[in-house]
Amino acid sequence: MTTAALDSASAAAAPGRHRVTELSELLTQRTTGKPFVDAAKMRTRNVNVYYGEKQAIFDVGLDIGRNQVIAMIGPSGCGKSTFLRALNRMNDTVVGCRVTGEFLLDDEDIYAPKMDPVALRARVGMVFQKPNPFPKSIYDNVAYGAKLHGLASRRIELDEVVEGSLRKAGLWEEVKDRLVQPGTGLSGGQQQRLCIARAIAINPEVILMDEPCSALDPIATARVEELIAELAENYTIAIVTHSMQQAARVSHRTAYFHLGKLIEVNDTQMVFTSPQHELTEAYITGRFG
Amino acid sequence: MSLVNLIITLALLIAAAYFWAHSRSLALAKPLGGIRHLHSLPLYYGLRGAIWCGLPALVVLCLWLMFDDPVVQSLVLAGLPADAVPAGPAERSLFLSTVVNVASGALPAADQPAAVVAAAERYNALRGTGQLLVAVITLGVAISGLLWGVRRMSPQLRARQEVERVFRWALLACASIAIFATLGIVVSVLFESLRFFEAVPLTDFLFGLEWSPQTAIRADQVGSSGAFGAVPLFMGTLLISAIALLVAVPVGLMSAIYLGEYAGSRLRNIAKPALEILAGVPTVVYGFFAALSVAPFIRDLGASLGLSVSSESALAAGLVMGVMIIPFVSSLADDVITAVPRSLRDGSLALGATRSETVKKVIIPAALPGIVGGVLLAASRAIGETMIVVMAAGMAAKLTLNPLEAVTTVTVQIVTLLVGDQEFDSPKTLAAFALGLMLFLITLLLNVIALYIVKKYRELYD
Ligand SMILES: Nc1ncnc2c1ncn2[C@@H]1O[C@H](COP(=O)(O)OP(=O)(O)OP(=O)(O)O)[C@@H](O)[C@H]1O
Ligand SMILES: [Mg+2]
Repeated sequence: MTTAALDSASAAAAPGRHRVTELSELLTQRTTGKPFVDAAKMRTRNVNVYYGEKQAIFDVGLDIGRNQVIAMIGPSGCGKSTFLRALNRMNDTVVGCRVTGEFLLDDEDIYAPKMDPVALRARVGMVFQKPNPFPKSIYDNVAYGAKLHGLASRRIELDEVVEGSLRKAGLWEEVKDRLVQPGTGLSGGQQQRLCIARAIAINPEVILMDEPCSALDPIATARVEELIAELAENYTIAIVTHSMQQAARVSHRTAYFHLGKLIEVNDTQMVFTSPQHELTEAYITGRFG
Repeated sequence: MSLVNLIITLALLIAAAYFWAHSRSLALAKPLGGIRHLHSLPLYYGLRGAIWCGLPALVVLCLWLMFDDPVVQSLVLAGLPADAVPAGPAERSLFLSTVVNVASGALPAADQPAAVVAAAERYNALRGTGQLLVAVITLGVAISGLLWGVRRMSPQLRARQEVERVFRWALLACASIAIFATLGIVVSVLFESLRFFEAVPLTDFLFGLEWSPQTAIRADQVGSSGAFGAVPLFMGTLLISAIALLVAVPVGLMSAIYLGEYAGSRLRNIAKPALEILAGVPTVVYGFFAALSVAPFIRDLGASLGLSVSSESALAAGLVMGVMIIPFVSSLADDVITAVPRSLRDGSLALGATRSETVKKVIIPAALPGIVGGVLLAASRAIGETMIVVMAAGMAAKLTLNPLEAVTTVTVQIVTLLVGDQEFDSPKTLAAFALGLMLFLITLLLNVIALYIVKKYRELYD
């Protein structure tokens, strides 16, 4: 986001007042809306994330409801990916990244010393922005996690896991005759669904998706969105997206981030029809971002 | 005018040509209203002037340097009375070299017959004229080339294209030097090998199990001794290279994995160059390290275990050679491992894989073709290595797979065949060419395979 855009947005929101003070004032307010819910799968409080000296997330508290889809939106660089990656400790692999605050998965502290990040990631799966199938066969891509965690001891069981996951990801009919071919040979949309199949093959409780459709065409996007809606019946999903239409279509709740702060969280309907925070309103009406 | 002076003059002339053509182009541009009305920038007009001045002159100079001596010598011979010139070609060339030596003052003229002294004087005179002549011709060509080039200058002249074309040909010429040098070496080795195979049948050479070229120098046994079987040599090469790879591949690969996947950037920045220093140690140093430290150590170790180890062993040479090629394997493997995209690592970690599982199941398979390429390059390096083997593995051409015995390799035998006084066309010397040819073919094959694999690998992620 450019400063100019920001300035004009603030000016539009409240004409006549000093713009810079305006923005910092807006950012110091507490999160608007309902960041916390009763039936939460994951709870986070007072989350701060630093890259070296630079702070990327400021004091965020957010609940992720069980069997719900929560969408995270906000301008580029506002820390959506950073927050998402804190939820399954993928930030541990980034040199110089430091995370503080409380993270609970079903009342278990995921940053507790006795928590194994490897085991955690098997419970909180992740789908990335760019499809990243391994340079292996389609079958081996899906079977990768299941083999790793010993979910299937015999070939027959593994076959079942692979078929089941591919079916859930809506890819089975397209690839059932070419399971031995490399996953990298699929189209972009198929690859992304393959990555989703790969993630659900290990039966995670939560699936994190970081802009899963940004590399896909509208038809493949629609296919993945459908899939997300189906998956929400059994899984808890957090999805980062730049498309507000997508957020509106797939999510139950929406969280709006701005410059590392969580500005507003509410039911998706509410956020898009009557945003309560000026920054949220400015963003969803397209005045910046 | 001496050659050095001539070249300096020519260089000055070329520089002057550049500036003249440059300023001429500015003068051309002025009435038109600036250099944007010229087809090319003034720089290119200047370069074009320099090329027109220098290139033809340099060609003339080169031709003269090539044909100067033979022409002068034949003129000297032709100028002598017929009875003063020796008849046979061998005597004639001896006579000529005497003349040249007398002319340069290397031989005192007083001891020589009058004909030689006269010839020497004539030689010097001819050379002097020749040098004057070439100076005049070269500078003349340079100046007329320049004048012609500048005369044709006009605002529409496509100077940039002309210069680019000349540069292209110059680059092509440089590139072809390397190719022709390789080709020349291959062809000469090939012809000498063919001469060898006239004396020794190809099948004897390729499949013979005994190598003892010494017995074949007796005239009555040439080609009939059957002692040119190269199998023991290739076996020795294979044995030592295999030991070396056995050391270098695991160690190099593991260190590459450690540096690429586990080490922090500080350690990496220190350790990587340090590893590459290994590649800079001269092989002679490795050689005497192998001969003086490792080989005795292995012999003593073997003795204490009740094994008989000869004091020069394939094992000692192979181990040290393995250390030598570690940096090849590790730096190539490191390159391909770090080239595996981060997204694949993240994908694996996000599925709950540990780091070592990620390395084993995703990184290595993805990098495997590149790693294989690196290993093959290291192998061709090991096959070509000589010094370590000469010092640590001995010269005995024994057909064995026992690493505790002394063996010899192809490269070592090439050295021993050519060291010392030899008749140049005896099968013994020619055998060196045949071995060299085989070696060349093998390493060429390995390199081609390696490059092919590495190239295929590159396409994977692009
Ligand atoms: N590895 C890193 N090292 C240092 N700074 C980082 C790193 N990753 C992200 N950042 C910084 O943290 C901030 C938040 O980045 P993040 O990737 O979370 O933004 P984002 O909201 O996902 O943006 P986008 O929509 O463009 O993906 C940015 O200012 C970014 O520059
Ligand atoms: Mg992001």
